[in-house]
Amino acid sequence: MALLQISEPGQSPNPHERRIAVGIDLGTTHSLVAAVRNGVAECLPDAQGRVVLPSVVRYLDATRRQIGFDALDHQTIDPGNTIASVKRLMGRGLADVSHADRLPYALADSAGMVKVRTIAGEKSPVEVSAEILATLRFRAEDSFDEDIYGAVITVPAYFDDAQRQATKDAAQLAGINVLRLINEPTAAAIAYGLDNAAEGIYAVYDLGGGTFDISILRLSAGVFEVLATGGDSALGGDDYDRALVDVFLAQSGLKINSLEDQAAVLAAARACKEALSANDIAPVELELSAGRMDLSVNRAQFEVATAALTAQTLQALRKVMRDAKLSKPDIKGVVMVGGSTRMPQVQKAVGEFFEQTPLTNLNPDEVVALGASIQANQLAGNNPSGDLLLLDVIPLSLGIETMGGLVERIVPRNQTIPTAMAQDFTTYQDGQTALALHVLQGERDLVADCRSLARFELRGFAPMAAGAARIRVTFTVDADGLLQVSAKEQISGVEAQIDVKPSYGLSDDQIAQMLKDSFTTAESDMRARAVVEARVDAQRMLLATQSALSADGDLLSLSERTSIDVAMEKLRQISTSDVAADIESGTKALANATEAFAAMRMNRGIANALAGKNIDTI
Amino acid sequence: MNLQSNDFELFGLAQEFAQDLVALDTRWKALQREAHPDKFSAQGAAAQRVAMQWSVRINEAYQRLKNPLKRAAYLCELQGSPVNAHSNTAMPKAFLMQQMQWREDLEEAASASALEALSADVSTAEKTLLQQCENLLDAQQDYAQAVSVVRCLMFIDKFSEDLAQRFDAFE
Repeated sequence: MALLQISEPGQSPNPHERRIAVGIDLGTTHSLVAAVRNGVAECLPDAQGRVVLPSVVRYLDATRRQIGFDALDHQTIDPGNTIASVKRLMGRGLADVSHADRLPYALADSAGMVKVRTIAGEKSPVEVSAEILATLRFRAEDSFDEDIYGAVITVPAYFDDAQRQATKDAAQLAGINVLRLINEPTAAAIAYGLDNAAEGIYAVYDLGGGTFDISILRLSAGVFEVLATGGDSALGGDDYDRALVDVFLAQSGLKINSLEDQAAVLAAARACKEALSANDIAPVELELSAGRMDLSVNRAQFEVATAALTAQTLQALRKVMRDAKLSKPDIKGVVMVGGSTRMPQVQKAVGEFFEQTPLTNLNPDEVVALGASIQANQLAGNNPSGDLLLLDVIPLSLGIETMGGLVERIVPRNQTIPTAMAQDFTTYQDGQTALALHVLQGERDLVADCRSLARFELRGFAPMAAGAARIRVTFTVDADGLLQVSAKEQISGVEAQIDVKPSYGLSDDQIAQMLKDSFTTAESDMRARAVVEARVDAQRMLLATQSALSADGDLLSLSERTSIDVAMEKLRQISTSDVAADIESGTKALANATEAFAAMRMNRGIANALAGKNIDTI
Repeated sequence: MNLQSNDFELFGLAQEFAQDLVALDTRWKALQREAHPDKFSAQGAAAQRVAMQWSVRINEAYQRLKNPLKRAAYLCELQGSPVNAHSNTAMPKAFLMQQMQWREDLEEAASASALEALSADVSTAEKTLLQQCENLLDAQQDYAQAVSVVRCLMFIDKFSEDLAQRFDAFE
């Protein structure tokens, strides 16, 4: 007699309903992919058993490239075509990159976002990041021998809208369905908090290769509530490396004459930095075009050379504590994340600031990816009893330019997302029929000191006396932290709206084209994949509707129920079609047919929450 | 219960100024557990849209309810005495004098500790005003009078913001 199968606790009983969802930490120095397997989050290794993928892409010619360790090995041999630390360039213009002259590769200015000059042509940071993401996607697909359903991708908490959007685009370009962008310190808090059953207020200090975040969270019963966040999206281990380079050059009196020199001295600085985490003194020997460098650096010298950088992080700590309206004794624990927190001077400074020993008992490289994978598993619906709830915030204020080059803040920083906030504006001149809206992000009062996110126009409202029009501008920030802005003239009802997308010249069509060129072999594969994906979506929608009906079908009248049943039946029939667009339209039709039902279910959920009941626990 | 319910109804709370902030926080999280878009990520576009609307609405109500100044202004508005901060700027003279003094002190503060002393003064004044607010709104139900206290609190709020900026400048 065949043995009967029993599913694991907390898992979907039907293995075919289980979806492969991963968490990806797209880091400045290295990247990782993790997934929840058999109820445990773990980082997925490559064929050689390594979990870390260096975030380095080397272009060999127009079509060939190396990614990860192979590329890293060529960093000093072929620096101009070997792109490392590309995360620092995401969503940034050439003018924003303060260290451009110290990079071992050449940058080109381009509308909205800087590009890198390589043998394969000019590459945008989005394309380079997509190579890294696609490599991790293939690794996950090989691990499970199955397509992945989607991914949660982590970003620095202090990333602005342009940097977040660029990250999401890179994932799309890599053929990844983005379930959610989540903040790195929040992801770390999930992994740490769930592992240690932590309750109370915690600080997460995350110093990575190129970015720095500090988040203060309140942890209670599966809820991860961010109270305040701060940081610097251009401060990390790379800056400590550059400070060491300055020490080397001053001691040796040598100069850098080429990209090869630049790459060699940076690699030596990194090795020296790592050595100084374990030893008091580290030797430096290398050959530059101007001569041989042979010296040693001790830990005290390193600390002095980087004291200003460490102090910069402490300044952000003070600010975030004020924003959270907390004092040091309120903080129950300080979680250290990111490879750069291995530096003894950083641990010491943070410990002194909070007057307690920071928690370093977790792997600072892996914890972010692990936390993201736990969130991904829940978002994919694999853990229906999961009670994880993330209440994150927006890191930087959002506003609109007003007369005189000033910024009027509409959404203040540290606002819980999702959020929508509105403010009324009016016209400046008599007879004005249009309005130019300039969307900005930052804490400063002057437009020139904030980041420009987008410009759009509201046109065609009736001419009125100056100050008579009422234009309501609404900012909506979704759970990914991405912004949408709409404007409506209240008297005439004229409206305009935009999704704020950085203007680096990649339209959705271009992304689709690049997707086709880069990551799939043939047109027919693309089409077949699209049909499969459309069917999976349709199946998912049918299942979701079916389970909603069995839970709350009693809310519907007979005619409401019938129209949903009809839409389901139509979708079932059409999902055997070989045309992706037909299946997608059927899925959309079912979504529309269930909209009112979704609203009724929500009302019931809210009413139950008020009555102190939780549907999942009844 | 719907998206048009007022903040107090949405949170199932009595429509008054005095609120238990811990209970408010617990209620907020219970509501977000039901409504957050993450809960509906595998359930199609329609459910996502509804979740986003509700989640945004719950956060909006929570921000207003947990902030005493916003909560007071909202209560006045619900009772037919809107604050009209832009058109009505009449202030008690003594209060204005104190404001001017604070502004001067802020300009002249030469250290973070001077700012801290000023900050303590401001927060004492704020506490007194909030106490008055509670009395006017909950006990006397004198909303017109409450409005003028709310206006004073708005000044203090703006001043606290400037104070925070000066703290930043000292670092």
